[in-house]
Amino acid sequence: MLGKGVVGGGGGTKAPKPSFVSYVRPEEIHTNEKEVTEKEVTLHLLPGEQLLCEASTVLKYVQEDSCQRGIYGKLVCTDFKIAFLGDDESALDNDETQFKNKVIGENDITLHCVDQIYGVFDEKKKPLFGQLKKYPEKLIIHCKDLRVFHFGLRYTKEEEVKRIVSGIIHHTQAPKLLKRLFLFSYATAAQNNTATDPKNHTVMFDTLKDWCWELERTKGNVKYKAVSVNEGYKVSDRLPAYFVVPTPLPEEDVRCFQGRGIPIWCWSCHNGCALLKMSALPKEQDDGLLQIQKSFLDGIYKTVHRPPYEIVKTEDLSSNFLSLQDIQTAYSKFKQLFLIDNSTEFWDTDIKWFSLLESSSWLDIIRRCLKKAIEITECLEAQNMNVLLLEENASDLCCLLSSLVQVMMDPHCRTRVGFQSLVQKEWIMGGHCFLDRCNHLRQSDKEEHQRQLSLPLTQSKSSPKRGFFREETDHLIKNLLGKRISKLINSSDELQDNFREFYESWHSKPTDYHGLLLPHIEGPEIKVWAQRYLRWIPEAQILGGGRVATMSKLLEMMEEVEHLQEKIDERHHSQGALPAEAPSLLRSSARLSSLFPFALLQRHSSKPVLPTSGWKALGDEEDLAKREDEFVDLGDV
Amino acid sequence: MASAPTSKYNSHSLENESIKRGTFFILIDKEVIYICPFNGPIKGRVYITNYRLYLRSLETDSALILDVPLGVISRIEKMGGATSRGENSYGLDITCKVRDSVLSYEGHSRRDMFEILTRYAFPLAHSLPIFAFLNEEKFNVDGWMVYNPVEEYRRQGLPNHHWRITFINKCYELCDTYPALLVVPYRASDDDLRRVATFRSRNRIPVLSWIHPENKTVIVRCSQPLVGMSGKRNKDDEKYLDVIRETNRQISKLTIYDARPNVNAVANKATGGGYESDDAYHNAELFFLDIHNIHVMRESLKKVKDIVYPNVEESHWLSSLESTHWLEHIKLVLTGAIQVADKVSSGKSSVLVHCSDGWDRTAQLTSLAMLMLDSYYRSIEGFEILVQKEWISFGHKFASRIGHGDKNHADADRSPIFLQFIDCVWQMSKQFPTAFEFNERFLITILDHLYSCRFGTFLYNCESVREKQKVTERTVSLWSLINSNKDKFKNPFYTKEINRVLYPVASMRHLELWVNYYIRWNPRIKQQQPNPVEQRYVELLALRDEYIQRLEELQLASSAKLSDPSPSPSSPSQMMPHVHTHF
Repeated sequence: MLGKGVVGGGGGTKAPKPSFVSYVRPEEIHTNEKEVTEKEVTLHLLPGEQLLCEASTVLKYVQEDSCQRGIYGKLVCTDFKIAFLGDDESALDNDETQFKNKVIGENDITLHCVDQIYGVFDEKKKPLFGQLKKYPEKLIIHCKDLRVFHFGLRYTKEEEVKRIVSGIIHHTQAPKLLKRLFLFSYATAAQNNTATDPKNHTVMFDTLKDWCWELERTKGNVKYKAVSVNEGYKVSDRLPAYFVVPTPLPEEDVRCFQGRGIPIWCWSCHNGCALLKMSALPKEQDDGLLQIQKSFLDGIYKTVHRPPYEIVKTEDLSSNFLSLQDIQTAYSKFKQLFLIDNSTEFWDTDIKWFSLLESSSWLDIIRRCLKKAIEITECLEAQNMNVLLLEENASDLCCLLSSLVQVMMDPHCRTRVGFQSLVQKEWIMGGHCFLDRCNHLRQSDKEEHQRQLSLPLTQSKSSPKRGFFREETDHLIKNLLGKRISKLINSSDELQDNFREFYESWHSKPTDYHGLLLPHIEGPEIKVWAQRYLRWIPEAQILGGGRVATMSKLLEMMEEVEHLQEKIDERHHSQGALPAEAPSLLRSSARLSSLFPFALLQRHSSKPVLPTSGWKALGDEEDLAKREDEFVDLGDV
Repeated sequence: MASAPTSKYNSHSLENESIKRGTFFILIDKEVIYICPFNGPIKGRVYITNYRLYLRSLETDSALILDVPLGVISRIEKMGGATSRGENSYGLDITCKVRDSVLSYEGHSRRDMFEILTRYAFPLAHSLPIFAFLNEEKFNVDGWMVYNPVEEYRRQGLPNHHWRITFINKCYELCDTYPALLVVPYRASDDDLRRVATFRSRNRIPVLSWIHPENKTVIVRCSQPLVGMSGKRNKDDEKYLDVIRETNRQISKLTIYDARPNVNAVANKATGGGYESDDAYHNAELFFLDIHNIHVMRESLKKVKDIVYPNVEESHWLSSLESTHWLEHIKLVLTGAIQVADKVSSGKSSVLVHCSDGWDRTAQLTSLAMLMLDSYYRSIEGFEILVQKEWISFGHKFASRIGHGDKNHADADRSPIFLQFIDCVWQMSKQFPTAFEFNERFLITILDHLYSCRFGTFLYNCESVREKQKVTERTVSLWSLINSNKDKFKNPFYTKEINRVLYPVASMRHLELWVNYYIRWNPRIKQQQPNPVEQRYVELLALRDEYIQRLEELQLASSAKLSDPSPSPSSPSQMMPHVHTHF
C-alpha cells in the first residue's frame, strides 16, 4: 500500500521520502506465478451468443493497488460482451457469490456498456479508434456503468493482441444495423419465457384495457377516454397504438396533424386535474396554414381549458427549461469524475471535489428538474389546474417531468411494479427515442446522439432512474399557439411565491410516506448518488459502514420478528417443540462494504485508505496560518 | 425585577422542565419586535431570565420563537436611535456564538434590556458568577462520577510492567495544565520527568493516553520541544523518548506525529519551540500532519456561517462550501487520526503526538485515534470519559476557546477546536451508523452546553483551576443531564463490536457539512426527523420485544396447562398483529 510519508507537507526539513522504490515492473514480479494463477475458466455464453476473438496471458490489474498487481487470464470478445476469464472468482466464498448477477459476471463488459477505450503506449494514455497502426501495451476500458478495467498486454502474443484489440474496437465502435443487435439473436435462440404473475405484473400499456385500467385507477375516466385511433400505427408511428385524450375531443382531430397538437393524457390527480403532454405542430411559413393551425389549436384547447370549471396551465419545455444539450454536456463532465484510473487520480481530484462537481452542473440540473416537477405538482395539487407539457416531440423532457411528478404524487409509482409500469407508460409508450439517445447503433457523433442519463432523486425519497433525450429545440411552439396560450403561462414572480409557499408548507408538516412526497431541493440537500456513482471506486469504500449497515440491521430485525411470529403461531396451533433457528440471509454481514452489493469485500486488506495529496493553498488566510496559536506567551502563566 | 418563575415559562421546552424552580429569575418581560432573519419582523414578547432569553410570538398562536441560553451570546450592540422626525426606533443586535441566530429588537426603552443582557450574558465582566454556579438542578445520576482516571487506566490494563501511574503532578507543580494523575514509562523516574519538563513547552511532558491491549504500542501526547533557533538539545528528553519507544519491546522507531504544517513547526523555532530533529532523535521518525492553527479554523467556521446564514447559498453551494475550507480541515484532522490509529493498530510502533502546546490539535488527534481504536469510547459513557480525559483533564483551554461569560467577542484565543472534533465524530458516525451507541442529538446536546454555561463540565482552562474553583462541588455536570435520560441519546442501530478498528474514509466524496447542526435554525432546511429507516427499525424493535414477551407468556401458559388442562385460549389469529411492513 502507501508509503509512510504520504501526507507530509512539501519541502522543509523533514519531507517524507518513499520508504521503498521498486525498479522491477509489477508485471515481472508476477510472471513466475503465471502458471499457478492462470486457470482455465469456462466462458459462459448466452443462447445465441458467439465467441468472436480471444487472447491469452492478459493481465487484469487490481484497481485498488494503483495497478500494482493483477491476475492473468484470457480476454475474449463475443457479439454480446467482452469477458475476462481469470480465476479470481474462485477466491470469493459462498457468502459473496450469492449476490452474483446471473447474466453479467464480475469481469464481463457488455459491448453496449463500453464508453471509451484507451491504449497505453510508453506510459501514455491515448483514446483508441478505428484502424490502429501500433498496438498498446495496456488497454483501459471505461464503462458506461462507471467501471474501469485495465488489461495488460505485454505478455500476450502479438497476433493475439492485434486480434483482440481491433476486435474490441470494431465491435464497440463501428455502426451497427438494428437487426444485428444481440437481443435479436438471443431472442431467437432463447426459450420464449413470458409467463408473468397476473396479479403482480408490470402494466405494459400496449392494449386498450391497460389504459382503461390506469384511467380507472386514477379516476381519470370521467373526463378522459382511451382511443384506438392509432391502432396499427395508422395515424403516427411515434405514438402508441392506444392512448388517452380528453373525452370531448373528436377522434378525427388526432388524424389532422398525425397526432401533433393533441393533448395526450399522462395521469389524473385525486382532485380531477390532469397532467397532459402535447407535441408541437409542424413549422409553417404560410399564413393560411398558420391560420388553420391556430384555429385547430383553439378548438383543441377548449377540451381542457373551460373556465371556470377547468383551467389549463401550459409548460413550454422547449423554451422555458433545460436544453437537451445542457443535460448531455453536464453528464459527460459529471461521469468523468467517477471514471478513475488509479488511487493518485482519486486523491488528486479529491481536494477540489466540490468545485469539480459544481462545474459539471449536473447536480444543478437535477435540482432544476426536481424543482420544475414540484412546480407542476403545485399547479395540480394546490391550484386545481390541468398542466399541459409542450415539447417538440413530447418524448424527452415530457417523459422526464411527467414521470417525476407521478413519483411525487402517486404512491403507486413508488412500488416496484408501479415504477416499472410508469417507465413503460411514460418512456417506452411515451416514445422516448432510446435507440438514438443511447446511440445503440453507434451512428456518427455529428448527429449529437445522447446517452441515457440517470437522475438520482434526493434523499430518502424513492430513487427512480430516468433516461432522457435530446433534439434541437425551437421557440416555434409558443408563436404557433398564439397569445391565448402565452397568457396562460403565469408570470414567474407569482409562480415563485406559490411555489415557495407550497414547498415550505409541505416540508413543515410531518411526512406521510403514502401520500405526496416532495424532495428537498436546497443546495446542501442535493447530493451525489453515492451508491450508483461511487460503487466501483475502491478508495470510496467504507468497510462495514454506509447506509447498507443500517439497512442490513433492519433486514435482520425483520427476519427475527417474522421468526418470532412463526414461533408464536406454532405455539398456538400445536404445542410442539420449537423449530431450530432459521438460517439468516445477512447474518454474517457485519463487514459489508458501503458499496454492497456492487463491491463485496474486494478490498482484502483492512488497512485504511489515506489521502496521498496534501493541502491546497489557503489563499487569503495565509497570514493567519503563520500566526501562533497562543499570542505572546511562551513563559507566561 | 427578580421574581419567581411561573409555570407558564417552564413548559416551553423539554429541557426547561428539568430546571428546578428557584434557580433563575425573570428579569425582563416586555413586548418587542423581533426581526427574524428568515421570516422578517414578528411582534413578540421577550422574557429574559438569568439563564436564557425567550421570545414568544404575539402573532401566530404564541409560538416560542427563540430560546437562547445567555451563554451563547457573543455580542450585543445597540442600533438605531431617534430619527429626525422624532420617531423612536431603537434596537439591539444580538450575535450568537456558532449558532447563526441574530436577534434584533425594537422598542422604546432598550437601555434596561441592554444592561441586563450584558450583565448576565457576560457575567465575568461584572464580577458576577457564571450561571452554572447558581444552577440548582438535581439529577438522579451524578455526572461527576463518570470519569475516574485510575479506573480508566485500569480498564486499559495499567499500570503494567512498563507503565506506572505517577502522582508527581498531584498539586499541579510539574505542569499546571495537566491532570494530577499521569501515566509514564516505568523506567523514567520522577526526577527524569522534571528534567524532561524543562524541555517541553509549558512543561507538558510526553505521557500516555492509550495503550493497545494486545501489541502494547501506545499513544503518547505532549507539547513541542523547546528547540529554538539555536537547535537546543536535551539528553533527558531524547532518552525519555527512547524509553517510551522500548516499552512495547519492538525494535522499530518511535513515530512522532507533529500535527502542524511543516512550515509552522519551523517558524515556531523563532519563539523557542520547534520539533524533534533527525540528528537528536535517532530512533524516531517525524511526520507533519499539516493541520492548521486555531486562527485558520476560526476564520474557516466564520465563512461557513456566511454561506448558510441567513440564507443558504443556492446556486453555487458547492464552490462556496469549498471556499470555506471547513471540510478540508476536517479531512486533514481525520487523516491525521487515521494515521495515528493505523500505526498503533498495526503494532509497528508507538506514537507520540504533539502540536505547539498539545492542547488543541493534539487533543483532536489522540481522542479521534482512540475513538477509532477502542470501541469502548463509542458508548455513551465511554465517550464522556474520552472527552473528560483527553480534553477536559489534559487542559484544552475551553474558557479561552469558547469565552464563557466573557464579553471580548473578538478575542483571538477563541476558536472552534472542540466543535471541530465533534464534527469529526459526527462524520465518523455518519460513515459507521451502527458503531456508536449515541445519536446525533447527543453530539448536538454536548455542543449546546459547551456554550450554555448551564453545567460546569466545560468551564475553565484546566484541572488545577477547576479544582480551585471547586467546580465539581458547586456545579452540575452535563453528564448528569445526559446519563439520567440516556434513552433520548441512544442510537437504535448500535451494535457492540469489541476490538473493531474503525477507519473512516477521509475523502471529500464522503464528508458532508453537518446541516442538522450548522443550519438547524433555518426553517427552510429542516431535515426530516426521525429518518424513516430508523423509525421503522424502532417499531420493529418494539414488536420484537412484544413477541418475546408473548412467547414467554405462552410458554408459561403451556407449562401451566400441563398440570391443569383447561379450555383452550381464544383464536390465535385475533391476538396476533402481523408484520405487514415488508420491504
